[in-house]
Amino acid sequence: MSNSPLDTLVSALDLQDVPCERTTRTSFAATLAEHLREPAVGVPMDDLGVSLADTDVTVDPTPAGLKAAQTGVTPASFAIADYGSVVIPDSSTGTELVSLFVDRHVAVVDANDVLPGMEAAFDRFGESFRERADSAVIATGPSATADMGELVRGAHGPSEVHMIVLEDDNE
Amino acid sequence: MSDAKELRNLIATEGAAVSRNTKGFNQGRYESTGRLDDYEGMKQEARAIKADAIERLPDLIDQLRETVEDNGGTLYIADDAEDANDYVREVVADREAQRVVKSKSMTSEEIEVNEALEEDGVDVVETDLGEWVLQVADEAPSHIVAPAIHKSREAIADLFNEQFDPDEPLETAEELTRFARDHLGELIEDAEVGMTGANFVTADTGTMALVTSEGNARKTVAATDTQIAVAGVEKVIPSVEDLQPFVELIGRSGTGQDITSYLSLFTPPVGTPTADFTDDETPLSELSTEREFHLVLIDNGRMGMREDDDLRETLYCIRCSACSNSCANFQQVGGHAFGGETYSGGIATGWEAGIKGLDTAAEFNDLCTGCSRCVDACPVGIDIPWINTVVRDRINGEKDGQFDFLVDGLTPDEEEGSPSLQKRFFGNFETVAKIGSTLAPVSNWLANTTVSRQAMERVLGIDARRDLPQFQRETLVEWFADREVTVENPMRRAVLYPDLYTNRVQVERGKAAVRVLESLGVDVMVPAVASSGRAPLSQGMISTARGHAERVTETLAPHIGDGRDVVVLEPSDLAMFHHEYERLLDAEAYEPLAANSYEVLEYVYGLLENGATATDLASGDGERIAYHSHCQQRTLGLEPHTVEVLERRGFDVLTSKVECCGMAGSFGYKEQYYDVSIAVGSDLEAQFTNDDARDCIVVASGTSCLDQLDDLLERPSHHPIQLLDEWGENSI
Repeated sequence: MSNSPLDTLVSALDLQDVPCERTTRTSFAATLAEHLREPAVGVPMDDLGVSLADTDVTVDPTPAGLKAAQTGVTPASFAIADYGSVVIPDSSTGTELVSLFVDRHVAVVDANDVLPGMEAAFDRFGESFRERADSAVIATGPSATADMGELVRGAHGPSEVHMIVLEDDNE
Repeated sequence: MSDAKELRNLIATEGAAVSRNTKGFNQGRYESTGRLDDYEGMKQEARAIKADAIERLPDLIDQLRETVEDNGGTLYIADDAEDANDYVREVVADREAQRVVKSKSMTSEEIEVNEALEEDGVDVVETDLGEWVLQVADEAPSHIVAPAIHKSREAIADLFNEQFDPDEPLETAEELTRFARDHLGELIEDAEVGMTGANFVTADTGTMALVTSEGNARKTVAATDTQIAVAGVEKVIPSVEDLQPFVELIGRSGTGQDITSYLSLFTPPVGTPTADFTDDETPLSELSTEREFHLVLIDNGRMGMREDDDLRETLYCIRCSACSNSCANFQQVGGHAFGGETYSGGIATGWEAGIKGLDTAAEFNDLCTGCSRCVDACPVGIDIPWINTVVRDRINGEKDGQFDFLVDGLTPDEEEGSPSLQKRFFGNFETVAKIGSTLAPVSNWLANTTVSRQAMERVLGIDARRDLPQFQRETLVEWFADREVTVENPMRRAVLYPDLYTNRVQVERGKAAVRVLESLGVDVMVPAVASSGRAPLSQGMISTARGHAERVTETLAPHIGDGRDVVVLEPSDLAMFHHEYERLLDAEAYEPLAANSYEVLEYVYGLLENGATATDLASGDGERIAYHSHCQQRTLGLEPHTVEVLERRGFDVLTSKVECCGMAGSFGYKEQYYDVSIAVGSDLEAQFTNDDARDCIVVASGTSCLDQLDDLLERPSHHPIQLLDEWGENSI
């Protein structure tokens, strides 16, 4: 029996020490609360069918608010199971900024958007880039550097990444 | 060219850090690529994409221009470094920028854009932590991916503490990283222009891929309102989908990571809001997303390389650094010796020759020994040793040889130019060896006198610390001719190729091979055949090597036509037959030999698999042996055959884990490279003198590996065929 992409994703994240939690839309706010280190900022998640309104996350912060934040909560376009990667979209709401200029990034992805591997991912990129000329970042684990003589987690980007997978309520 | 003293100095000062890091990357590569389901298939796919892209490059650039302009950016093709820098300076001046923040880009190093901008009074800041360390230290990169690989944590801490005088002295890697991030973070947030490189650019969408781990490239783009990307024209590939194999291969091949933290796929200008981080009133969603984007693609010799049959494959290079990390010499000296003005490692010869010219390539090109370990490591399968050979040949052709008369008698070569005396001596070693064995043992006594050794070191650069080959009076061919052995109902018929060393120096292993093959039912003959041409080829003497190849195939063709296999003891000669001869000969001459030649233990393995009885062969009785295969033998995939045969005969085989022994034919004999060769060999020495291996019999497949092991170890070494030879004088 082969693992589902979601199972593969969970084990890949486990290897990277990325906490991953599966939850439902109903329980999302409560689940998210466990993963926040305040102050927290975020971008709207309407496309995922969840809201940050009832959480301690400041949605659509100012640049100064972002700079002061510890945690950034963003949607991910999809996840890539084999690599434990999330795809961060480029948006006018500042997804790239909120996922990058914080110490902890919490990425939220729909369980139906877990692709098995890079081939499926690049088929999707090809389609969307040709259609909309958009951009994306495949992010795998925290930012890191070995340039100072040893491996250090947390270089220019976040030192911690958490992932929340949204499953349908009836599952 | 780096001389012995400079190399010794580099090994002493930077060698430890370079060695630790590159070996770690190299080990990581084996592990990470081993996790792929179809690594070889993916490499072939990647190579095919690059080959196609370079073939169609002018059309792809036209297509890319359209997509970039449709996206709202500008594409500029710069003829050379100056042209590129003029364009970049204009963009920066138009933006009235005070500061340009950069993410890591080798191409920007190539054109020296930092210096050009600094002349205009612009503050240029490298944001990759390694690059920034070098900017602060005012040093050049020693590795194309990990530029400060030669600096230890302690050295970086000293540098920062001295330059920035922090309140608390910095010590740990965490502290150094945090300090650099905070310092650079402020500089990034205030910058107007962000400059990046590009690992790949897709013609169909104008998307650029950036492979990074720190997040500085993302910040460089996100925090500025003007992005300039500089890249070589060869970075263009047809489509977004074509990125997939490269994305899966580049990190694995380079630093041994399955994937790096960030793979940015930017289709600029990006749609992220441009933020002033002091603004505490405007929500992100209400900020402007207006950005300028300039893609500067640099020719700087590349279109010429595209037309050059021997340099073209250099353009397939994705700058992953596998050829640096897998290179035994690079592991010891790093890119400060094994590199030109910008690029380092095996492929740098192609880049520097194509971009800067032969003089720059000549500075370091001889550090490539042609061992071929990088060929398997390269994710696009570039024949890097061949590029090094061709460039060496071109360099030879440019030189004036004022002392050539000194070795003219020894050098009946076919070179039009004038390789150095040292190169001509080693390149024509067949002639030296013929005279040597004719006059043996007197020639050996004379050659080993102090006076002779001093003269050889002075004139030919043969290091006096090396033992010279001891020529045998009776060659293998002569010994064989005097024998009368008939194999009844032979299972196979074969020619044992009497390579130069087996024929004149290591004659015993040749005799062992004959006896072993005969005992397995092979009708053997040992005709006189020219040497393979490996020696002149490794000196960059291609015409001379071609002459050897022609003579070898002329002699062997009738035997092959008569149904004989060709069995080869020396792996570097077999590699010539299988690989380099394809470039030296036409298909008619090349193919029969390539198809019918075998490494001797590979052949024995085949015989045993096909029912030959091994009972007459010596048996190991559980004896533990330490076996060092040979670099080219490994590249040909033939190490396992030897191990398998020895294990079947009851030997307990421990194999070496080094890429190369460091001898590499003539390399280790050259006085300028003696120290590098010994440093490389020290890894093998360590493996074969540790508790596990100290008392084992030492076995190696290559002639020069055996020479190196004899110099490194106190116990003798043998060819594996000698272990199977029950009848030899030196049977073990």
